Amino acid sequence: MRMSWVTVFGALTGSIWGAVWMIVVGILLMLVSGITTHPPVGIAMGIGAVVGICAFAIVNRFADRISMALLSVLTLFALMAITLFQPFGVSMANGPVYQVAALLIWAGLMGLSMHMGLVGYTGEMVSRYRFEVLIIRLLKGLGFVLFTIVVALPFYVMVMTSLKSQQSLLGNPLDFSIDLGQGTASLFRSYVELFTDYNFGIFLMNSTIVSVLTVFITLAFAIPGAYAVARLRFKGQALLSRSILLIYMVPAIVLVIPLYAVFSQAGLRNSLTGLLVVYPATTIPVALYMLQGYFRGLPSELEEAGLMDGLSRIGVILKITLPLALPALASVSLYVFMIAWNEFLFAFMFLDDLNMFTLSRGVVSLNSSEVPRQHLMAGAVVATVPVLVLFLWFERYLVAGLTAGSVKG
Amino acid sequence: MTHPNRPIHRGSLEKREAKLAYVMLIPTFLIVLSIVLGPLLANFWISAKPVQLGDLRSARVMVNEALRPRPKVAGEEVMLRYRVRNSSQGDEITVAGLTDTLPVGLIIGDVPDPCALSGRTISCDFGTLEPKQRLDVLIPITVEQAYFDNGIRPRDDKAVTTGSSQNVLTSLEFTFDNFRKVFSGPEFWTVLKVSLYYTIFGTLGALVLGLFAAQLLNTAFKGRNILRGLLLFPYVAPVIAVAFAWVLLLDAGPGGTFNAMLIQMGATEEPINFLGQRAIPYSVFGIQFEFPMALTTVIVFEAWRYFPLSFLFILARMQSVNSEMYEAAEIDGATPFQQFWSISLPQLVGILSVLFLLRFIWTFNKFDDIFLLTGGAAGTRTLTVDVYEQAFAVSNLGAGAAVAVVVFLVLLVFSLIFFKFSPQDDG
Repeated sequence: MRMSWVTVFGALTGSIWGAVWMIVVGILLMLVSGITTHPPVGIAMGIGAVVGICAFAIVNRFADRISMALLSVLTLFALMAITLFQPFGVSMANGPVYQVAALLIWAGLMGLSMHMGLVGYTGEMVSRYRFEVLIIRLLKGLGFVLFTIVVALPFYVMVMTSLKSQQSLLGNPLDFSIDLGQGTASLFRSYVELFTDYNFGIFLMNSTIVSVLTVFITLAFAIPGAYAVARLRFKGQALLSRSILLIYMVPAIVLVIPLYAVFSQAGLRNSLTGLLVVYPATTIPVALYMLQGYFRGLPSELEEAGLMDGLSRIGVILKITLPLALPALASVSLYVFMIAWNEFLFAFMFLDDLNMFTLSRGVVSLNSSEVPRQHLMAGAVVATVPVLVLFLWFERYLVAGLTAGSVKG
Repeated sequence: MTHPNRPIHRGSLEKREAKLAYVMLIPTFLIVLSIVLGPLLANFWISAKPVQLGDLRSARVMVNEALRPRPKVAGEEVMLRYRVRNSSQGDEITVAGLTDTLPVGLIIGDVPDPCALSGRTISCDFGTLEPKQRLDVLIPITVEQAYFDNGIRPRDDKAVTTGSSQNVLTSLEFTFDNFRKVFSGPEFWTVLKVSLYYTIFGTLGALVLGLFAAQLLNTAFKGRNILRGLLLFPYVAPVIAVAFAWVLLLDAGPGGTFNAMLIQMGATEEPINFLGQRAIPYSVFGIQFEFPMALTTVIVFEAWRYFPLSFLFILARMQSVNSEMYEAAEIDGATPFQQFWSISLPQLVGILSVLFLLRFIWTFNKFDDIFLLTGGAAGTRTLTVDVYEQAFAVSNLGAGAAVAVVVFLVLLVFSLIFFKFSPQDDG
């Protein structure tokens, strides 16, 4: 086998995957088992590089599965031999089951990623096209791994922290192992305390009331407005349909001071009513924009037929347009719900009374040195779960809503 | 009602349609006017006012009435005491006064000077009350048996106070002090610079990550929908939840998971204070540089939280690109990177520039993220955080409003530039 750029790239692929998987599996091992490990990243890179070069002799000669298995076995033995049977920098006697499992996973992932990355290549020089395909395979593989980890890690930490105790967290911050033997009452202690001692029941209810009412108020304003902009001819129609979104360029922080001043004097500050005035005002323009886009897409012949048959405009909207626009209404509702549920600034500025707190405001009040961190994270989970469940349930609608026209950030 | 058989004059139909449209739009117009445009203008007004947070509680005459000592038997002589006070620390109250009607069973003696008695009603006129001024009015009272029998006490019928004070918010007194203070502060230009760094790099970061993620998900594979759902999590979850999760994750003290990972991996000896350290000095070829640690962390957070949005838009655009173009390019022998560079990117320029524009403006407007992560400390104070700091931490509403005016003006300039140079098609 002659040395070529492809061979060099094989070594590079191997060493990158060696490092990535060693870090990932090593940390996962720590998080899951609580064992303090010292993953030998450098060694893993070296092994990856050597196996990466050897891989060219394997990947095309055998079936996919056999090739992967061979590569896995090769990396596994190499790691065991070089680290003197301490694949993660600690004695195998320390949590042997976890370590063996982690080792198998590491080797399996190495075999998988090297086979997928290099299959079809022999190590000899190829055309530029084929070489770029090789690079793209590596980039995509890394992309999948990194995006998944980077997105999931904070959420993982959030959930796991909420289930631990302050002492064990400070003792070993990498130990996210959960003692399932302690019983559910003890496991979900933080959540129980949030609802019994920290009024989270009230916060949850307030958030629900505010978000649901915001959705209804927004729709009540935006539906007629959107219909007018989409279907009726009037002076300023074109200007209006273009300038609605400009409202969104106005930063909330600029509105906070005047609204704070007025609400303080009008007695609206410590009430959900205050939020129910502000939230719809910020969501109506985008809801109107999204809906008018959808209304325009509906065939106007149906509405004209309705008018012919003697329906009034209101009748046409209620009996023809809205039923046809149900998917759009679902998207808009979900999106508005999400904005209202997640809103922080106004809730933070306007609410001082514990009984009026929304979840966002309530979680912020947990951020003090007197409240243990697992409570803060349990609060974060309580605030996150409803909106994530809704999102996963209606993902299709929400994605459509997010991409319909334009969206607030 | 429109009747199809009756010919209607075209002009009147149009007029009716327009009228209906205006009726349908008025509610939206009103709420946007009162909650968005009104406050926007009010903010300009406040920025030219010497107004403190405390001034929002306008000066009022506070009064506390009590019988001293507390009467126990009929025929006892006690004093009715009105404790009057100006609630404001800085504003005087003119034509301050009170009126109070006493219950039956109290015989009112000589009423002292600024007060007068008519029937059972005492009314006092204090003239002008200085800021913080207190005064007591003492009226001798003889208690009768009827007072104990009917059970009505003087406090049951609260004394009514009157008085007028200058409200600094509604007065016609203007000042440029707020702006002078904002611009002359040494902080201001740093804050503006930090805002621009945060906005530019946060926006670019979110766009590049979004572009990369869209490339990943533009191919069919098992679990694609699951991954797409997962990648949207940072955007969908409430900002308080993800911000605090990051704060705990990046904690530099004991219990910080990410630092513990880095130390375990041997990447660093000492924990790195990602959110609390202003700058890390380093040198390249002997030249000293400073790496803005905390600012970089909040920029990374911004990119992390908002890449899903750009990713969704870019993916939607990519899936609508005609596949024949790629097939033709394949036949011509274009390599994957050439295809990306010459076919995909030009197709995406429209959506990328629209996204850049929108994200740029929204990132510039962003307050929550930095406020929750660092509170504006360690060199991460942006203009929006500065608004909050000035108005509510330092309690100088006027100065806060002045910064808010700067925010709005900068934004206006950006918008004008963008709309001048942005492509006209997408949007």
